[in-house]
Amino acid sequence: MKRHLISAADLSRDDAVLILDTAEELARLADRPIKKLPTLRGRTVVNLFFEDSTRTRISFEAAAKRLSADVINFSAKGSSVSKGESLKDTALTLEAMGADAVVIRHHSSGAPHRLATSGWIGGSVVNAGDGTHEHPTQALLDAFTMRRHLTSGTGQDLAGRRITIVGDILHSRVARSNVHLLATLGAEVTLVAPPTLVPFGVESWPCEVSYDLDAVVGKSDAVMMLRVQRERMNAAFFPTEREYARRYGLDGDRMARMPEHAIVMHPGPMNRGMEITAEVADSDRCTAVEQVTNGVSIRMAVLYLLLGGNESAVAAARTEESK
Amino acid sequence: MSETNTTLLRGAKVLGGEPQDVLIEGERIAAVGTGLDAPAGATVIDAAGQILLPGLVDLHTHLREPGREDSETVLTGTKAAAVGGFTAVHAMANTFPVADTAGVVEQVWRLGKESGYCDVQPVGAVTVGLEGKKLAELGAMRDSAAGVRVFSDDGKCVDDAVIMRRALEYVKAFDGVIAQHAQEPRLTEGAQMNEGIVSAELGLGGWPAVAEESIVARDVLLAAHVGSRVHICHLSTAGSVEIVRWAKSKGWNVTAEVTPHHLLLTDELVRSYNPVYKVNPPLRTEADVMALREALADGTIDCVATDHAPHPHEDKDCEWGAAAMGMVGLETALSVVQHTMVDTGLLDWAGVADRMSHRPSVIGRLTGHGRPIAAGEPANLTLLDSAYRGVVNPAGFASRSRNTPYEGRELPGRVTHTFLRGRATVVDGKLA
Repeated sequence: MKRHLISAADLSRDDAVLILDTAEELARLADRPIKKLPTLRGRTVVNLFFEDSTRTRISFEAAAKRLSADVINFSAKGSSVSKGESLKDTALTLEAMGADAVVIRHHSSGAPHRLATSGWIGGSVVNAGDGTHEHPTQALLDAFTMRRHLTSGTGQDLAGRRITIVGDILHSRVARSNVHLLATLGAEVTLVAPPTLVPFGVESWPCEVSYDLDAVVGKSDAVMMLRVQRERMNAAFFPTEREYARRYGLDGDRMARMPEHAIVMHPGPMNRGMEITAEVADSDRCTAVEQVTNGVSIRMAVLYLLLGGNESAVAAARTEESK
Repeated sequence: MSETNTTLLRGAKVLGGEPQDVLIEGERIAAVGTGLDAPAGATVIDAAGQILLPGLVDLHTHLREPGREDSETVLTGTKAAAVGGFTAVHAMANTFPVADTAGVVEQVWRLGKESGYCDVQPVGAVTVGLEGKKLAELGAMRDSAAGVRVFSDDGKCVDDAVIMRRALEYVKAFDGVIAQHAQEPRLTEGAQMNEGIVSAELGLGGWPAVAEESIVARDVLLAAHVGSRVHICHLSTAGSVEIVRWAKSKGWNVTAEVTPHHLLLTDELVRSYNPVYKVNPPLRTEADVMALREALADGTIDCVATDHAPHPHEDKDCEWGAAAMGMVGLETALSVVQHTMVDTGLLDWAGVADRMSHRPSVIGRLTGHGRPIAAGEPANLTLLDSAYRGVVNPAGFASRSRNTPYEGRELPGRVTHTFLRGRATVVDGKLA
């Protein structure tokens, strides 16, 4: 494994499968009465969040704590950052405190890359979502969820699986990371959106693009619905919420046309009635809640592997327990 | 600074031609020929193998004074200009306060006089406060001691079509020119880099070529309609080249400039997320770079202008989104032009003299610059060692700022001497 996780594009197939397999091992912990390993005892993980994201932050926090790391939450709100402190000075401060890993969420695309390559800090950098660029741990947990439902599991990739991602591709870091990772894992990806929400330049991406959800939904093994912010309507990306929901929302009728084994995914938080109806969101084909659970396992695997783990995570923990 | 005296340049290749001696007496060139005798007391410079050009003229320089003296002053900026081989620069109007009154342009003009390294010709703002709403007192700036001929809201586009039309019409009264920063504002809200394959991957807001081209198209049509002249600042796309080429074919009074960085660098560099590559207009694609070089070679683009844009270190030592736009360029401009245009065979040295001295002087209506190298002409001269190869090291810059995209890059050519009206401002590559 590399020292940082900045982009899903940096992961080879073997890297990605190793993370998914490690997450499978770690997921078994969740079934134990004591859900904690001593693996990262004495290591410090900083959650550096320049953007509000309670879900992602607590997921990383739970992951680090289950590995016994010390966790520091650094939120931009109410801190020196809101008083104009630069990313650099914040980074130097964290470095001085001895952070082994910095999990960063930032509104500016590329900020984690900058943090990792600037020489400001020595620890590992994990991208927890940067602007409209990437959100690699989300893509990993999505792939983990797909693998559990659509393959025989451990050791497998997603070769030949047809994945459809629907919604605001233009502004979505989840879509960018998923396109990279799913292509690496051998899946066939189709993006579906109104043309206004497809990035200019998308033709270089390893995926297909369609403007017609109905044409794609019947041949998808998984349909991932992205959150569409209502404000986009005011910037003329689409005429009205209702028109968006009619053309690009997933309702019961469309779900019924999906293959029987196919799943519905959503990274959350959902806009019920916009991109997804309550009927679909609450159906047993929707994996949104399961994705949250899987997120903790994936983030445990990422922290474990980045912070020096090179053998089976649980086996390593057992050895340490027996000392 | 050395005293004005008599200097003999021995064996310089005038505009890259056969070796000749050039005698400078006082502020003027006294003689050009072979085997000239050095008058008593003359400084003799062995210029064998070096290229002699007329002093370079920049139509587009941000000197930052008044207001942002932390990034550059008129003094440090003109020193950088001299080191780069320039003898005249046009100081852009987006200072604090904005150069939109006779008072501010006269202040900048006076600071230039005091610096002594390079002539400073202030550019006046087109609209009050660069706000695009109300014409600034263009006539007062023209009539001031600064004698402004070039007006620009550079940094911002004069996007209101009526204001642009009126500005173009109004400056006809005194042979002025409107230099347009062509950027349709609505199409570039939140823009961070060229819109294309790279922006799609990096998730950075796109600055589409059409946002420049639509304004260029509108403004050449407006200039033709009212019979005025328009100059396009930092033209950056292949599409803009086509529009300017078409406008010129109609005989319309349209001129354009290209920056050195748009002749060399592409948006692929943004993949590093290093804000040193953040500039406005943004770095474009390889196809655009090639079209710009070709257009500069065939004269569709009239001149090279640096868009020298100094920024303090902290404004680049940060994440991309928070960083300022712009690059310094005065001290590397001639090297980049040699690298991209001369060493590639697209332009000869006479062509460089035309695009970096003569034509910008004509556009800016500067009388003492951009002249032939001949007896009786003002001795504004630049001597270049074109065989030199060196790695760009911003620590040695005369500019107060270091935001160069060329750090660590090997570039050809080094200005050894610059003469401003006969007086050396640079000797052996160092400020005199």
